[in-house]
Amino acid sequence: MNILAVKGLSVKVEGKLILKDITFSLKSQENHILFGPNGSGKTTLISALMGLPSYEVVSGKIFFMDTDITNKSVEERAQLGMVVSFQNPPEITGVKLADLLKLCLGKSPVEGFSGEEKALIDAFRLTEFLDRDINVGFSGGERKRSEILQLIFLKPKLLLLDEPDSGVDVESLRLIAGEIQRYVEHSGSSALIITHKGDIMDYVKAKYGCILLNGQFHCFTHPARIYEDIKKLGYEECVACRVRTTEGWKFEQGK
Amino acid sequence: MSKENELLKVPHKILEETYKAGMEADEKDRSGTFYHVDQSTIYSKVNELFQGKIEIMDTKAALQKYSWLGDYMWKLVDKNKDEFTRRVAEDWSGGYFMRIMPGAEITFPLQSCLLITQKNLEQRVHNIILAEEGSKAHIITSCVQHSSVPKASHLGVSEIYVKKGATLNFTMVHQWSENTFVRPRSAAEIGDRAAFVSNYVCMNPVKDVQMYPAAFCNGTDSTVSFNSILYGKRNSLLDIGSKAVLTGKGSKAEMISRAIAREGSKMIIRGLIEGSSADCRGHLECRGLLIDEEAFLQSIPELIARKKGVEITHEAAVGKISEKEITYLMTRKLSRDQAVSLIIRGFMDVSILGLPEALNAEIKRIVEASAEAS
Repeated sequence: MNILAVKGLSVKVEGKLILKDITFSLKSQENHILFGPNGSGKTTLISALMGLPSYEVVSGKIFFMDTDITNKSVEERAQLGMVVSFQNPPEITGVKLADLLKLCLGKSPVEGFSGEEKALIDAFRLTEFLDRDINVGFSGGERKRSEILQLIFLKPKLLLLDEPDSGVDVESLRLIAGEIQRYVEHSGSSALIITHKGDIMDYVKAKYGCILLNGQFHCFTHPARIYEDIKKLGYEECVACRVRTTEGWKFEQGK
Repeated sequence: MSKENELLKVPHKILEETYKAGMEADEKDRSGTFYHVDQSTIYSKVNELFQGKIEIMDTKAALQKYSWLGDYMWKLVDKNKDEFTRRVAEDWSGGYFMRIMPGAEITFPLQSCLLITQKNLEQRVHNIILAEEGSKAHIITSCVQHSSVPKASHLGVSEIYVKKGATLNFTMVHQWSENTFVRPRSAAEIGDRAAFVSNYVCMNPVKDVQMYPAAFCNGTDSTVSFNSILYGKRNSLLDIGSKAVLTGKGSKAEMISRAIAREGSKMIIRGLIEGSSADCRGHLECRGLLIDEEAFLQSIPELIARKKGVEITHEAAVGKISEKEITYLMTRKLSRDQAVSLIIRGFMDVSILGLPEALNAEIKRIVEASAEAS
């Protein structure tokens, strides 16, 4: 079963073609790791999947749980159960972290958090940030923790995570990745995780990995193998082998 | 001078509008209450818990009671400043006189209301506030034109003295109507180690308000903060400024404005900080959001240094509401309208006003009610 299917997707940003005729799918109840060098189109991909403005789909279709969402708004996609974490979330003056977390939980501003929710906020080390303006003066790690906690509170079916591991210390990485894994496992949801590094795989169980290079997908296989090869050979060499384009994940998709 | 029966004569639906502008019907949570309706002071009462600690009465009555009060009249505001001050000097109907006694700490806010219920009225008042040495108090004053009144104007002169070691937080809420012409003329003098916070909240449409209150920080280590939350809609014209003159050694000024303009409103936000002592400090911050292209928003900060070592800074940002912020909130399941409304409510963050809990909740309610109605 696939939770997301992308067929022949091409995306332009400011008139420039960034993603070129991409076809892939994401499986239900699985984590997927997406590798790729800077500028390969990873952020464009998840932004286009979420329907963010200024990412123009010029051809192709996106299906979420068999529904064509290609022309749906950001809010509609969120309502259906897709969420995205931002690498550089905006600072919003006067909107407190507590307000936003309550919105994510579907609570009114006057409602309190449950014991369980409080415990999770505490585990994310965000209790003392509840009354702070969202992202204002937050460090890189604090922003990541706040992003992931918001997503978990939204109870999504698919998490699109843009480098949740960049700029965070080892302890925060263990916390963030551990909580992502726990949520995905308990809720039976899926995640697409963009990363530069393999460390996150120590905490997130993933069987599916691939590379995005120059706007196209390559090498559908186990992410640990991809990461080893990238480290050894670099991205260009790694995708040049072409061997794995017919293996595993890709093979299953072809059916 | 307690005239309780007079207040009972005011129709309930008129009083209700004053409650929406911050007046508290139940006076037990206020240290004192004052009502000036049209051209007469109809009510002034001190909560018995604060008897002897504060005085509230009509300015004309106070002038009769205290021969020395004349020395405080037209001292900070020049009688001949403009046609509006001249008109108030010629003929006025009173106003509030509030005095916080030396060393008194007033835990509950004082409240006053200047109300217009007659059409075509030009209300002219002269207010005096004396925060005596070492006193501490919060004042909320609500200026209201009843919604049934088609057209009126309000000219108000206010002179505020914050004496040595005193702290005064003064919050003014304007709830005029689309046909009110408003010219407040205010000034404050701040003594040694004294602190004055002047807050201005204007959330409702108004025809035309122009004001430029001044604070003279003459005392050593005196401080002033001017904070304003302004929501211009339906062709309102708001020209709102503030001026701080720092002459006292180590004096400080801070000005924070949040302005939202929409629906043909025109807003000019001015701020002037003049550093006239060597080690004074000042900071001016103005942020403006333009919701549509029919509105106009201008920020005019002015910084003046007259002595070496003066440190005065400013930051100003005006522009359209951020699409990135809207999109971000939409990824959290909010509709576009909900996202815009949340950003607006957050933008008009009442915590900049430094209010005590009770007043904070009150002002927050006023601000949010207007943001919701947009």
